[in-house]
Amino acid sequence: MALVDGHRSRQVRISASVGKRTVLVAWAFIAPAFAFYATFVLVPIGMSLYYSLLRWDGIGKAQFKGLSNYLVVLSESDFLQILGNAFQLVVYFTIIPVAIGLGVASAIRNHLGGRFGATARTVLFIPQVIPLVAAGIAWSWMLASNGVVNQALSLIGLGSITRGWLGDFDFALPAVGLIGAWVLLGLCTMLLVTGIARIDPNLYEAAKIDGATAWDEFRWITLPGLRQEIGVCVTVTVIAALASFDIVYIATGGGPGLQTTVPGLEIYRLAFAHRQVGLASALAVVLMLLVIVCVLPIQWLTRQSK
Amino acid sequence: MTAKRYIQASTIAITATVIATGVYAAPSCGTDPVVLNSYFETGFPLPTELSKEFTKQFPNVTFNIKEDLFQTLMENSPRVLAGDNPPDLIRLPSISDLVKDGLLKNLDDYATAFGWDKYPPAQLAQNRVADGGSPRGEGSLYAMGLNYSMTGIFYNKALAAKIGMTKPPETVAELEDLMAKAKAANIPPIIIWNKPVVGLTFPLQNLMGSYGDPGAVNDWIFQRKGANINTPTNLTAAQHLEQWIKSGYFQDDINSVDYATAMSRFIGGQGLFLFNGDWESGNFDKQMAGDVGFFLMPPATAGGKHAAMSAPLTYGIGANAKNADCAAFFLNWVATNDAARKIDVAVGGSNPGGPVDLPMPAVAPGSVTEQTLNAGTTIAKDNGAMDFIANATGAIYAEAWTPTLQKMVGGREDAATMLKDVQDEYVKELSR
Repeated sequence: MALVDGHRSRQVRISASVGKRTVLVAWAFIAPAFAFYATFVLVPIGMSLYYSLLRWDGIGKAQFKGLSNYLVVLSESDFLQILGNAFQLVVYFTIIPVAIGLGVASAIRNHLGGRFGATARTVLFIPQVIPLVAAGIAWSWMLASNGVVNQALSLIGLGSITRGWLGDFDFALPAVGLIGAWVLLGLCTMLLVTGIARIDPNLYEAAKIDGATAWDEFRWITLPGLRQEIGVCVTVTVIAALASFDIVYIATGGGPGLQTTVPGLEIYRLAFAHRQVGLASALAVVLMLLVIVCVLPIQWLTRQSK
Repeated sequence: MTAKRYIQASTIAITATVIATGVYAAPSCGTDPVVLNSYFETGFPLPTELSKEFTKQFPNVTFNIKEDLFQTLMENSPRVLAGDNPPDLIRLPSISDLVKDGLLKNLDDYATAFGWDKYPPAQLAQNRVADGGSPRGEGSLYAMGLNYSMTGIFYNKALAAKIGMTKPPETVAELEDLMAKAKAANIPPIIIWNKPVVGLTFPLQNLMGSYGDPGAVNDWIFQRKGANINTPTNLTAAQHLEQWIKSGYFQDDINSVDYATAMSRFIGGQGLFLFNGDWESGNFDKQMAGDVGFFLMPPATAGGKHAAMSAPLTYGIGANAKNADCAAFFLNWVATNDAARKIDVAVGGSNPGGPVDLPMPAVAPGSVTEQTLNAGTTIAKDNGAMDFIANATGAIYAEAWTPTLQKMVGGREDAATMLKDVQDEYVKELSR
């Protein structure tokens, strides 16, 4: 009995020491990546949180201000309008590319292997390759009062509605939204086309034999099959909308009025042009929380579907 | 000569110099090699041209030049000045915040040594800052202008002839009459930009100068206690601007037109008037030689005083700059040396400032540059120089003037609300 006990306790000791070593090895593997993550993500977030409690111009003496910067961000009508603009952009940055991407993916599903499929995929992916700044510049030329868009409208007899789209109070935000939709369409299409290629073709065949219409196939096979890819598309595009900067900065500079000013642009302006590091950090923290609040449910829904 | 006698002789010589000039010998670049660490603005060749001429005259001095766009300068200057190797010479977009943080060298001693304090006071006023960063316009000197810009109205001579404009307008009413005639003749009356930052501050401030006291506008810009932009005369000015918008004197897409587009429209002959400054005079003399005229914004009533925005091309010295003396010597040289003043006018297009007794460098007769330089004399006589309302605080341009004036163009805000919004933002910023 004593012998058996001794054997067992040695076994426990051995497994404990093996376990300890495994943990150490695991930490050793994690450490380099964690060090980077901590240095470039966690520490900056922590510093932003700290700065958001200060009144500071980035150089001189800082004053502790408690939560007053947050109060300004969450109560002043200008800031609320700026946050609202970001949510309006979600409509354009997310819904349009995902919807069109789904349509394109379904349409070219049967021709994926052929030359047509490859060409279509390349053409649709090109916007993703173009830098956002270049896209912003090109689109602001096209949307100018003598740009291609207005020339085309005049050509088809719609000269009366031409205008400087990016300087118009009603159309500037939708115009910026469309630039974003155009850029993100490539990413969504590529993800969805790749996803649709992984759906078992037998499912479509069986559905056809059962007399399913194209809509039925889309509704009951394509959509459920692409749920994870749609999840990724929606997550990425929602973040792109809420944290947008480049396109707005280039195309409109936030105008006219505050019509297209988004949090990303305002954070940059506050921190570097206006030297209000505290207020900029508070807005950045609020933006980060908003992104998390919007993205978590999307992630949760996609996981549920597994 | 023994050492003792040498010292005695030197002391006598120095004392004699001090007595003769009334000041201690001014700082200089010496004879040892000096490299001036310089931070200039991209797109403006003037400082670089001046530095080449300076090296020609003082071969021991060379320049290590770094350039950035205006906006980048604005964002980087505090950090560059706070760094290990602060610039000896730096283009300064605004100085109040930098003075508050102790990043700029106080130039009072240099002003005494070089005699800058004998220049017309208005020349240096905009570069004076009180202790603590405000108000501006008084206190110690923290920067000097390489030259002094002048603003007003450029016009296309061919289009002016078409509507029968034979001489510049003498009152605002005459100017408005010309605009109405142009509009009736299908000629866009005013070319302006209004994105990403507004150009409408130019006509607006011109109107403020016509209907009110330019000194009061300066008080507001310099953050003097109790200053308010929302005054009855400024409201009259803003209402005129609003009327210009409603009358279609500006093209209806200006909220989507940037500076470069506006300039190419004017140079392309697409409009009669352009509210802008003499930094474009050289450009017009080259690209539209003989086709462009210039006049100052007319007063409200005939024979009244003229006012215009005019600001120094501001350069300062880092508080901890290694070659501060040489940099100050360079700034003094720019204002007083014949060759430098010539470059200043030929390349920069603006008044070189400096002592009143120095002659203005010659320019081509009939050129736009000549007209804008002459305008400077009128403004000096009428004491009508104003700084720019966009410079009142670091954020007022982007946070108040730009959105409110864009709203006015879009019909979303009237003159009274616009001025109220700007004043509210001003008070808010000064309280932060």
